[in-house]
Amino acid sequence: IVISRDKRDDFEDILEERRNSSDLRYALKCYTPVVYKGISPCKADALTNMVLQSSHLHYVISQVSKETGRAVDDVQDEASAILEEMAQRLQLSTIRFFAFTLSKVFKTLFRSICVNEEGIQRLQQAIQEHPVVLLPSHRSYMDFLLMSYLLYTYDLALPVIAAGMDFMGMKFVGEMLRMSGAFFIRRSFGGDKLYWAVFSEYVKTMLKNGYAPVEFFLEGTRSRTSKSLTPKLGLLNIVMDPFFKGEVFDMSLVPVSISYERILEESLYAREMLGVPKPKESTSGLFKARKVLSQNYGSIHVYFGQPVSLRSLAEGRVNRSQFSLVPRHIPKRPSEEIQNFVNDSAYMLVRAQEENMVLKPWVLLASLLLQNHHQSQAPGQKPGMALDELTERVVWLRDLSRQYGAFLHWPGTSRSADTTPEEELLSRAVIVLSCASYRNQALHVFLRPALLALAIHAAASTKKQEVFYSFSFLRNMFSNEFILVPGATVQDFEEACYLLVKTGALQITQQEVLVTERGHRTIVFLTSMLDPFLQGYQVRATHSWSKSL
Amino acid sequence: MASNSSGGSSDRQRIAQQRLRVIAGHLQRPVDGDSAVLAAEYKAQGEQPGSSREEKTVPRRRQEIMKWNGWGYSDSRFFFNKKGQAEFTGKRYKLSGLIIPALKDWFESTFGASLQHKTPATPILNSSAVHPPTLNETFVEELKSTGIPFSHDAEDRVFRAHGHCLHEIFALREGKFGRVPDMVIWPNCHNDVVKVVELASKHNVCLIPYGGGTSVSSALECPPEETRSIVSLDTSQMNHILWIDEKNLTAHVEAGIVGQDLERLLNESGYCTGHEPDSMEFSSLGGWVATRASGMKKNIYGNIEDLVVHIKMVTPRGVIEKSCQGPRMSTGPDIHHFIMGSEGTLGVVTEVTMKIRPMPEYQKYGSVVFPNFEQGVACLREVARQRCAPASIRLMDNEQFKFGHALKPQVSSIFTSFLDGLKKFYITKFKGFDPNRLCVATLLFEGDRERVLQHEKQVYDIAAKFGGLAAGEDNGQRGYMLTFVIAYLRDLGMDYYVIGESFETSVPWDRVLDICQNVKERIVRECKDKGVQFPPLSTCRVTQTYDAGACVYFYFAFNYRGLSDPVHVYEQVEHAAREEILANGGSLSHHHGVGKLRKEWMRETVSSVGLGMLKSVKDFVDPNNIFGNRNLL
Repeated sequence: IVISRDKRDDFEDILEERRNSSDLRYALKCYTPVVYKGISPCKADALTNMVLQSSHLHYVISQVSKETGRAVDDVQDEASAILEEMAQRLQLSTIRFFAFTLSKVFKTLFRSICVNEEGIQRLQQAIQEHPVVLLPSHRSYMDFLLMSYLLYTYDLALPVIAAGMDFMGMKFVGEMLRMSGAFFIRRSFGGDKLYWAVFSEYVKTMLKNGYAPVEFFLEGTRSRTSKSLTPKLGLLNIVMDPFFKGEVFDMSLVPVSISYERILEESLYAREMLGVPKPKESTSGLFKARKVLSQNYGSIHVYFGQPVSLRSLAEGRVNRSQFSLVPRHIPKRPSEEIQNFVNDSAYMLVRAQEENMVLKPWVLLASLLLQNHHQSQAPGQKPGMALDELTERVVWLRDLSRQYGAFLHWPGTSRSADTTPEEELLSRAVIVLSCASYRNQALHVFLRPALLALAIHAAASTKKQEVFYSFSFLRNMFSNEFILVPGATVQDFEEACYLLVKTGALQITQQEVLVTERGHRTIVFLTSMLDPFLQGYQVRATHSWSKSL
Repeated sequence: MASNSSGGSSDRQRIAQQRLRVIAGHLQRPVDGDSAVLAAEYKAQGEQPGSSREEKTVPRRRQEIMKWNGWGYSDSRFFFNKKGQAEFTGKRYKLSGLIIPALKDWFESTFGASLQHKTPATPILNSSAVHPPTLNETFVEELKSTGIPFSHDAEDRVFRAHGHCLHEIFALREGKFGRVPDMVIWPNCHNDVVKVVELASKHNVCLIPYGGGTSVSSALECPPEETRSIVSLDTSQMNHILWIDEKNLTAHVEAGIVGQDLERLLNESGYCTGHEPDSMEFSSLGGWVATRASGMKKNIYGNIEDLVVHIKMVTPRGVIEKSCQGPRMSTGPDIHHFIMGSEGTLGVVTEVTMKIRPMPEYQKYGSVVFPNFEQGVACLREVARQRCAPASIRLMDNEQFKFGHALKPQVSSIFTSFLDGLKKFYITKFKGFDPNRLCVATLLFEGDRERVLQHEKQVYDIAAKFGGLAAGEDNGQRGYMLTFVIAYLRDLGMDYYVIGESFETSVPWDRVLDICQNVKERIVRECKDKGVQFPPLSTCRVTQTYDAGACVYFYFAFNYRGLSDPVHVYEQVEHAAREEILANGGSLSHHHGVGKLRKEWMRETVSSVGLGMLKSVKDFVDPNNIFGNRNLL
């Protein structure tokens, strides 16, 4: 069991320097990033030419032309158009513009933006050695601007970023993003062979040539609940392909954990979940949203994790010689072995993101308050909790989560936020859901022990075997809800046992799993942690069942 | 610069003059035919030419002329003289007696080695350290009655217990001997072999055929688990050309003949086989057949499987051969293909009928400098596509180009060194080639004069399209010379903490660049991971072109100071490099064979069914495992 987390790096606040020196000078600073093996940077145009001339695309174009009876030139034109729509046009001037404006915005919005500089150094090293894939967590629109901003600040190669087509709807802004390195992908293109070919070839070309680090979000979309979403595999498949086929020696996958004290979109998300439609991305919408500028969003912590060598990851798991019997430019459905590997890697990487998410005290507070909130819904209970009691409980929870390896950021003092209700019920729901979002940030820390606690609660007896069955059932049920590495039931079970025994909540004998006297509190807390999810599933299940009758 | 004694200086003058002629020729092309140089000049000259044409290179007691713990002839070796300059001893090679001034700097800077840190080899073979032979008395008794010569002298046995893998030579240099054959037999003809194999089968003795001893696949190592008496069957005395058929252009040859003798003897009749593996000075015809050898000039003459018309092999089941010499047959799977590549596991090849060709009228070396390796590979690919490859075309990467340069003998006049400087200036400054990226292709053209010149132009025109600049015959020649002296250089390295080896693969064209880059990088990384203190030399070249791919050769060496078990580290790195080759779509071997070194990968290479087929052949032909070297399967 790998619970003993490595020592984590220290943070530096990059806004501090911005507050003390000229933003303009900063935006115009000499920017000379190190590049992959000293390649000479090529223009974005040259890149699209390489894609259009690749044998992979040629092959698919002629295939599509044969299948549909369209002229090759016609298909070729379509490919060019797709590429045109997709391609980024990274320009330093745009980056400088963003560097200037974002400096202003960030200073208004955030108290601090903290970055682990050792992580930056590791990244710099990695960029020189191998193609790099940046994999940040995704909680906010802010994420990718923030990433580019940071890399610019540290004089690192600017990434090209896979972005959803939604942004393209925003005139001007879409183009600005394009010029700051975003390339745009349609949300769904299911069976469109040509689109897939252009897209994958485009990403691979940028990666193989060490043109720039490629950045995308494993979770595919912003998590509305601050709880990691199960990873999407398409892009990860694409970026890993050149390694499998021996076109690059290795590749560094860098998980990046971005933790917001308060997410810009937090109440938006809660409303979205309550059925208020998501406002369409538009420039005017963005303009209206400037009112967020008047609020305080606390601090951001960005943790650049240990670069993961794809080669070491694949060692002993992928037999690369399976690619030697078909020409490499002919697209092939990945074998089951590859699919499993990509899937497992994706989960592993999301877990790596989770591990380095910084938790603020409020996150723990929210977890406790929500439990209290749910319990106090019951008739005869009086709402609220005495401050001393809350404080005592939070301190207890802090220690527990530390032992579970949580990355806590515990300052001397913190202020509580206040809100004014408009519509009574809605706003209360918004608060609850926002709170849930905070609580969710800590979920990964408690997930496995909580599953076990619930399993013990649900199991017919204290027999180890029974508990395991029940654990396994719950784990299976929640497999799309949380990041649970597929096939790792036994490891997770052992990890949970280890943690609960470690904190004195359980005693495990050869045959039995017993809750200790003093472990009762932990078990109750943990069970309650999963309660809302369980209830949600129950409601949903009852609903489906009654419908099907 | 009056240095070393006797014939050396006149020799040197001759060489200097020739070099001048070659360079002058390059500058004022086209020239007359007298600048043609024969490949044979670059290999060692067999003894005194003219004195006794009949004399063969390989005596029964090999140790009389060859090193017991290193490569090649005892009289030929590199060493650093008192001034710290490298010298090559003896008189056999063009490089013999010459000073190589740049080698020391290259050696020290490439490996971080120092002439102060020596690791000399054990000078004398200590016979008492060799296990006494386990003899099968009844076998020996019956063998005596046949009159076939044999020996159980320790030196004879040790000499036949190894090939030239690094770990084998390293152990010898340290005076360590593992399991060695218990006796050595020298049959004189096919019938002798038949008798020996019959006796061995009758008395259950393990036979290991031995040809030239140049194996680099651990094929000659005695299996340590073998409990029977092991007999090394040395074919070196079966070295006659039995007949030459000028009507069909074939020659029937005993399989123990070594390459240089075969070519020399055929040349006397105006013919050649054109089969020139890099080891041809010492490797034997039977060995070529048993390992599926490949020659440098295969583009004109073909590899061994293209050259062989008829094979006779003695097996425990009897003699296998075809009934006629038809040039092609449709008679089921070709039984020659069970024999070729069988690596001594099925029997002994005794006689071979080979194709021969009239000696080429004209030969010309050449070279092309490319701005980088990528362009060079693209050019070779195009040459292969147009099927106009010269007799030989090889592309060295930048590191090897530098290595080749370090091997330039001392220049004989200020004029030539001035010319060299001028050429370097032209290429690097005027043409803008980066000296740390450029690479060179060496060429050898062969045929009648007119066609060679025409061919040469065609190839240079293609090269020009890939940014290639003709760089003269001299560079080309030196490239091929390197082939013959590289094994001697390894011995020099081993005197100074440097160990290394080469290995090869074949790979489709579209993967050539990737495999070169990935394998080289894997080597560097593995060395680092395994605690090698100095950056290794990790370099490659493309040595053969085919319609559908190429043969790639990797060289790898490192300074092992500070390592407690350098050979083990070396083996781990080579193993990793082979895994990398396979992962990148390369083959297990292009021509070195499998032996015991690579047999762990045989199943994945040929599939379980394939392995089963080979095993069933072995089971039928040699059910008692008389040919028990345990190669391949």
